[in-house]
Amino acid sequence: MKPSSFKYHNPQIRSEVLALLREQENCKVLAGGQSLGPMLNFRFVMPDHLIDLNRVTDLDGISISDSKVRLGAMTRQKSIERDESLRRLCPIFSESLQWVGHYATRNRGTIGGSLSHLDPAAELPGICLLYDATLRVENASGHRLVPANEWSVSFMTPNLEADELLTDVEFSPWTMPHGHAFVEFSRRHGDFAIAGVGCLLALDRSGLIKRIALSVIGVSSTPFRLTGTENDLIGYKPDDNALAYIHQAIDGIEASSDAQTSGQYRKRIARVLASRALEQASERAISAMQ
Amino acid sequence: MKDLRTIHVLINGMSYQRTIETRMTLADFIRHECGLTGTHVGCEHGVCGACTIHLNGEAVRSCIMFAVQADGAEVTTVEGLASPDGKYHPIQQAFKNNNGLQCGFCTPGMLMTCSAFLREYSNPSEREVREVISGNICRCTGYQGIVNATLEAAAAIRKGGL
Amino acid sequence: MGARNVGAAVQRLEDDRLLRGQGRYVDDIHVHGELAVAFVRSSEAHARIISVDTSAAVALQGVIGVFTLADLGGLTLKPMILANPSPLIRHPITQHVLAQDEVCYVGQTIAVVVAENRYVAEDAAQLVQVEYEVLPAVVDARQARDPLSPPVHQKFSDNLAAKVSWKFGDVDGVFSKAPYVFRESYFQHRGVPHSMECRGALAQYDQQADQITLWTSTQSPFLVRRFIAQFLERDESSIRVVAPDVGGGFGPKAAHYPEELLLVVLALKLKRPVKWTEDRLEHFLATTQQRDQWWDVEVACEADGKVLGIRGLCVHDNGAFLPYGLLLCMTTVVPFPGSYAIGSIDITLDCMFTNAVPTTPIRGAGRPNATFIIERSMDSVARNLGLDRTTVRRRNYVQKHQFPYPTGAKLPNGIAVQYDSGDYEKCLEMVLEACDYTNFETRRAEAARHGKWRGLGVVSYNEDCGLPPYEGATVKVLPSGKLCVELGSCAQGQGLETIAAQIAADQFGLTVNDVVVKLGDTNSPALALSTVGSRVAATAGPSIHLAALQVREKALKVAASQFEVSEKDLYIDAGIVFVKGLPDRNVSLGELSKRLHASVGVLLPMGFTPGLEATAYHTPERAVYSNGSNAVELEVDIETGEVRLMNYWVAHDCGTVLNPALVDGQVIGGVVHGIGNALFEHMKYDQSTGQPVTTNLGEYLMPLATEMPKISVDHMESPSPVNVLGVKGAGEGGTIPAIACIISGIEDALKPLGVVIKEFPLSPERLLELIDEARTATAA
Repeated sequence: MKPSSFKYHNPQIRSEVLALLREQENCKVLAGGQSLGPMLNFRFVMPDHLIDLNRVTDLDGISISDSKVRLGAMTRQKSIERDESLRRLCPIFSESLQWVGHYATRNRGTIGGSLSHLDPAAELPGICLLYDATLRVENASGHRLVPANEWSVSFMTPNLEADELLTDVEFSPWTMPHGHAFVEFSRRHGDFAIAGVGCLLALDRSGLIKRIALSVIGVSSTPFRLTGTENDLIGYKPDDNALAYIHQAIDGIEASSDAQTSGQYRKRIARVLASRALEQASERAISAMQ
Repeated sequence: MKDLRTIHVLINGMSYQRTIETRMTLADFIRHECGLTGTHVGCEHGVCGACTIHLNGEAVRSCIMFAVQADGAEVTTVEGLASPDGKYHPIQQAFKNNNGLQCGFCTPGMLMTCSAFLREYSNPSEREVREVISGNICRCTGYQGIVNATLEAAAAIRKGGL
Repeated sequence: MGARNVGAAVQRLEDDRLLRGQGRYVDDIHVHGELAVAFVRSSEAHARIISVDTSAAVALQGVIGVFTLADLGGLTLKPMILANPSPLIRHPITQHVLAQDEVCYVGQTIAVVVAENRYVAEDAAQLVQVEYEVLPAVVDARQARDPLSPPVHQKFSDNLAAKVSWKFGDVDGVFSKAPYVFRESYFQHRGVPHSMECRGALAQYDQQADQITLWTSTQSPFLVRRFIAQFLERDESSIRVVAPDVGGGFGPKAAHYPEELLLVVLALKLKRPVKWTEDRLEHFLATTQQRDQWWDVEVACEADGKVLGIRGLCVHDNGAFLPYGLLLCMTTVVPFPGSYAIGSIDITLDCMFTNAVPTTPIRGAGRPNATFIIERSMDSVARNLGLDRTTVRRRNYVQKHQFPYPTGAKLPNGIAVQYDSGDYEKCLEMVLEACDYTNFETRRAEAARHGKWRGLGVVSYNEDCGLPPYEGATVKVLPSGKLCVELGSCAQGQGLETIAAQIAADQFGLTVNDVVVKLGDTNSPALALSTVGSRVAATAGPSIHLAALQVREKALKVAASQFEVSEKDLYIDAGIVFVKGLPDRNVSLGELSKRLHASVGVLLPMGFTPGLEATAYHTPERAVYSNGSNAVELEVDIETGEVRLMNYWVAHDCGTVLNPALVDGQVIGGVVHGIGNALFEHMKYDQSTGQPVTTNLGEYLMPLATEMPKISVDHMESPSPVNVLGVKGAGEGGTIPAIACIISGIEDALKPLGVVIKEFPLSPERLLELIDEARTATAA
């Protein structure tokens, strides 16, 4: 299982990356390599040009201002998992990352890689969707901003042209007291999620839902935000009735089946996880208000 | 036309300079260009963990990295775990004491994963140890000896340092 | 001097080099001028090959040659040797080293590329154009059995490779008179071996000496040599096969493969060393596996649960060829009746060809399959009669006073099956105490109050180990004083080096560090066959003991002559022979060895032959029988179907325990393999095209550390009367009962819902289906 030959590039500045993407055909961009490496070894992809981002100096980093968090595309999953400030502001990131691959893969894997590869079971795209993140994409001519809900075009296909590079992800953390939960179900620790549910939840003093965000990964070919249901739930208790709405929304998702797992089962698991996530987020939302 | 690069890599404190194809994996470079066959190749798709080494101190899977990516870096392999006088790293001694190995093929990867982990976590729980080695597959031991070994090594390091 | 090493948890001799990364596996071995090999493998499950165009591949820079069968010609044109021939085999078909005109499974070798390195070799392999005429493929053994099924091989009119029968007792009588007959159908699937080191071999030909050396990751160096010699019509003495460090075997590395043979052919042809290292994808495609078995079983019993007979039919997926004969089929049926005194057995096994890679024994061989049927049948009797599972087992065990116990069966080689020793009920009691069986229902109720579904699985098994006829041993004292043990047997992680040293060292008051052990080389003076079926400890072990005893006796005789005393007046300690009561009168073994090597013009001690060494063979006629009971406590999440294993207990009797730490390691590792089979491992094939579907370690799920319970092992020893050490076997005893144990535990957890489980592997999704079905049935 050896990769085919390619021309290897390891530029140190961003503009060189973009120039290569514009000028060369059949390129693949190498970020953490934890997904691309196996694909190259299996010869599922045989690029003519491999552009290694690991020496580009300004693509990584976590910057936090009062209202915005910006994660550079090449920020390692390990860094995101362990950043203290990020953990205080958006604990769901580090909570979800414990499900992402394994200890050694998180040393290399990047958020940009995860978002660009866009595996249906990937956690980080689901989290970015929860926060209505903005993804910044550059090419040699300029840049554009892509809202998270426009990022997933189809199965493993992001809103990214052949000459474009994802440079960073930006979002506004929730400032009001709120609870969070990320629950996932997989066959073994570190496996691709059969389903995963992320939840951010803020309650008012009466215990009614003030704000809620729900995303589901693993069930369909792209991560799914339950926007309609969220709107419907404002002003209601996060109880079994609310859950019924959420379950209904999940049932409406077009679910993928593969050799191991049927779409029906994924939805069934997602319903169970939604219940657990809602319960946990509610408990935390109540604590946050005290 | 082969795409060649000349790279310099420091492995276990020794400098290696080679001219290689850019598609050569770091695992193959270590094993065949540098003759350090302790690092094993088990799957070539980043799942089994047998190829784990330390790159600039971090545990990484060398089968899904290219050697060119390690140009200028410091690599530690299993051959570099024991001290120069041959004294075992605590994790090696603990594996020996606890039946942490049978056929030995996954062992270098296990040792490198656990030794990196123990540098970051000094008092792990059994659950945490099992989680960290969930990225390394062993077909022989059933993991119990490896878990016991890692906990024993953690205690030894807490007591006496590295 | 009494034994000091045998029975102790001596640390392993193997560990130091392996811990330091100084192991020497096949791919670590480099020979000057070696070339790399990659294979062009069939991408179709069944096809006729119309053409193979190697021109583009040959032209690639760095490629030495690309060969098809026609290119190699000569002796290579024969089909490979069938190991373990049997008159039962109706279509004794084996592969050609490279496909001749028909390919019968995805992964079958079609052409071979020899190049400067593996990267270029794979580039070239990709350039080889194969034109196929695709033929219908069958991968379901039941479908293959249908008379209307497409043929797996074009030239055969049906797909029945063999019909195997295991029958004894008065089956018809018993079933016609029994008050109860319970009928069930079962499905079993084992999967891929996935030793962490894949296969591999390096062949070198010394033209001057006309000597072939083959390093290969094998479990059977002597058999590999035999088959290569036969195939190439060469003398065995011109071939040396070496098993270096082998990173796990688990059964499939015992078979003889086309790739190994081809490497020798290429080395001879090209006059250069050639190496092939299997990659994980190839391991999925081309290393033998164990796949589906479909069982229909009837159990006849009395009202009190005494089982009178078991009969059934097994439809068995053999794969496309028979490299290993019917061994897996035999190991599936021969274990009946297991731990129980059941006098009537009638099992028929239809061994079916399918368009998939051949199946051969994987750790446990067919014994996990037989044990699954037997143990599920015991549980079925208990469930149907409303009896406790352990009561039914007690009622049926072979009792302690019945050993040696003839089961009533006779093996194909004419030997009557006889269990040598054991106390089956005692192992059950040990495990019931360990798992606190008495209080389980309390724990179950407590868990239920918290919404948890807890269950306990309890099973028993026995296992034939130490299969005849021999594994020899040579023990030498070198003039340096070092004790050397040389075995033809090889190891794949069992710690054979260590136990060999323990057994030998005990005769001389030495420690294992004083012993040098050599394994797995056909140059060994002691002959061997194969490391399979938990047989080596009980065959090589006694051989080492006998050889060491002979060396000891000779040393004592020479020393007695030297000191002019009787042998009774001598003892050996720390490698030195002492005269009792006169510590100054002593001679080291090394000195004795030197005297026995003598020199030109120097006389040997009078009346003695040269050297201080012996080769000995323990040649049993029959197997020895390990046994045990296992228990597992687990919880089922009925919302997701996930099974959480909490605790696992083993009561294990492998006769004399040579090294308890090594036995524990084998048992625990074996249990985890069994858990993998029960809950995770499924090698899936597309039913219409025969394409293997789960071909990477992300899709084929190996057991990982996070999902494994704590496993406790309790030993008891029923020494075997069959060999002088009393030793049995321990390599597979963990796996053999584990699958049945897990399934039994899950079924127990779901008892309130009336779920009955008759299959494995059991995914969470499948478990939910069974729960749903049971609930629907109850509601109806």
